[in-house]
Amino acid sequence: MATLSAVSSTTSTVAIRSENLCRHYRMGETLIRAVDGVSLEVLAGEFVALLGSSGSGKSSLLNLIAGLDRPTSGSVIVQDRDLAKLSREELAKYRLHVVGMVFQSFNLIPSMTLAENVELPLRFAEVERSRRDDLAREALERVGLRARMNHRPSELSGGEQQRAALARALINRPKLLLGDEPTGNLDSHTGTEIMNMLRQFNRDLGMTVVMVTHERALAERYAQRMIFLADGKVVDDQPNRPEAAGGHS
Amino acid sequence: MKIPDLTELALRNLRESLLRNSLTTVGISVGVASLVAMLSLGIGLQQLASRRLVRSGLFDTIVVTSRRDLRGMGREEERNGPTPGESRVLDEAARREIEKLPNVAEAYPDIRFVTELRYEDKPHLTMISALPESAKSNDAFEGVQGGFFSSDTAPEVLLQKSFAEELLGKTPPLGGAEPNVADLAKPLLGKELTMRYAQRETVQPKPESASSTGPRPSDNNLAGTSYSVISREQKLKIVGVADLDPESMRGPMRAKVFLPLKLAESLHVMQPTDLREITRAGSDEPVYSSISARVKSPAQIQAVEDAIKKMGFTTFSLLDASQSLRTFFEVLDLFLLIFGSLALAVASIGIVNTLVMAILERRREIGVMKAIGASDSDVKRLFFAEAGAMGVLGGVVGVALGWGIGRVINLGTNIYLKRQSLPPDNFWAVPWWLVALAIGFSFLVSLVSGLYPAGRAARLDPVQALRYE
Repeated sequence: MATLSAVSSTTSTVAIRSENLCRHYRMGETLIRAVDGVSLEVLAGEFVALLGSSGSGKSSLLNLIAGLDRPTSGSVIVQDRDLAKLSREELAKYRLHVVGMVFQSFNLIPSMTLAENVELPLRFAEVERSRRDDLAREALERVGLRARMNHRPSELSGGEQQRAALARALINRPKLLLGDEPTGNLDSHTGTEIMNMLRQFNRDLGMTVVMVTHERALAERYAQRMIFLADGKVVDDQPNRPEAAGGHS
Repeated sequence: MKIPDLTELALRNLRESLLRNSLTTVGISVGVASLVAMLSLGIGLQQLASRRLVRSGLFDTIVVTSRRDLRGMGREEERNGPTPGESRVLDEAARREIEKLPNVAEAYPDIRFVTELRYEDKPHLTMISALPESAKSNDAFEGVQGGFFSSDTAPEVLLQKSFAEELLGKTPPLGGAEPNVADLAKPLLGKELTMRYAQRETVQPKPESASSTGPRPSDNNLAGTSYSVISREQKLKIVGVADLDPESMRGPMRAKVFLPLKLAESLHVMQPTDLREITRAGSDEPVYSSISARVKSPAQIQAVEDAIKKMGFTTFSLLDASQSLRTFFEVLDLFLLIFGSLALAVASIGIVNTLVMAILERRREIGVMKAIGASDSDVKRLFFAEAGAMGVLGGVVGVALGWGIGRVINLGTNIYLKRQSLPPDNFWAVPWWLVALAIGFSFLVSLVSGLYPAGRAARLDPVQALRYE
């Protein structure tokens, strides 16, 4: 935690930098420019919302930052790592240790209990079993699901599932928390709950948060900065004073 | 990922599609079972054959002859050995020396002579040979009526079936029904025979003696030794009648009447070789025409033969025959292995199919795992572990199944043999190494089958996989 608090204290450090970042792919005869020359900088500890209509390239950009996809050209540098130059194996390590990610559809593994889902990244990191159990319990405690750790995802509500997914994203203490429409499948009440948690982690753990959303109101309430995309390009980048900064739910 | 975690996840995934994975595993078990069944039949038959051969005494015995006995062993004769004049005498000292060689169970002289046996005052001329006590465990005496000699020195005889027929005057007509051994034995067991034989007795200083035989014309001098031949009688009790086929038997078995070895030795029966050996043997120590050395296992025959040859004797064994038999079984095992493996090959296609289906089904899950930090090799190893687990499970079940099939077939065969009044036997053997080999092979085959699916799963693009619903 020492490093995380250090990061949060020096907010001027750049966490993510992209330069002329492009991701093009072919669909039949047409070339789709999902991300088309994006250059931006995200400071460590920032809470950034990526906004845009569907097909604007916001999710593609997030996947590039998450190391799930590779750029066609340009560069994306996260925590001093040039992701385009990492091998597949190194990229997997980057996803394991640097990034925590939550999705619109939660993406918990249905055959596993919450505890098992949450500790799965620790298995990939080859953490000892006893330590895994402690960490999983701690992470579920943090999202208020300690009592349900032995339930399967199907036995939980959407909000609970997303909270479990958050616990999983946090388990390896990542520096970067990425959300791909994390409230997209939730009602407004549970959506608010999740957003509050994201903000809490951003503030308390000093994590840099980048989330994709198409709900401007949500972004205005929570994000410190809003980046608007259209046709794979950044069309607007504005700071925001979050309404919810005071901490009401 | 660590191996215990990998195994745990793999088993969990297998349980998730229980029916499909069970069917695939059953496929592997059937393959392994057929492999085990085929090989254990091959091994069982081989063990049966070698067991019989060892008990028959054909493959664990070396016949030792003196090199000076040029008539000896025909083509087996050591033509390049020392000249007959220099070679050693096959006497009691030599026998003891051979018996002391490593891996030699026993060495006993081959005593065989033709003499007259009287039964109910009728004379019968026949070939008699001496049997060591170890012959008791010989397969040839398995179906003996009555019993074996009560001791190695007892004045008892075992009769060959055809001699029993002769004594009873029951020689069957050509092509007629063979009389039963039990019927032949009944009137003969416990009866007495009188053997008339010529005893050789050394007469030290007196060359003149009744019916003394002169030396062969040769340049060897008598060295003051001579012996007399005395006519003797010995009463013998019939203790058993054996159903042997004399034509199929080796040397000593070809006789029609058998005596205990120690008894035969003590009688000092005049043997044909005595006529020649007298020229050299300076004492009463017996000189043998041949000695049979029994080794502890047929595998040691070659070493023992070499050692005996070094002592200066000629040896003969059926090693070559046993080697070609071994080759035959190796080829048979190979064929059985190939046929048994066919089913396993088919089962391996089942593994490929199951795992490819699993990739399609769990595409999203693979995407999630990659998104939260699983490397390509983690995914690959997980699929390998699943394939391997199916292989091991299928192997274990298959070995059990194969063993069961073997038992049933063995039981069936033995019931059939019993109906045919043949002794039951074990045609089936599942040694531990076969169990380990079958499970190991099954594991290996499933890993190879997992190569393609695991590689494909590892290469999945996480973005595509996560988009998949």
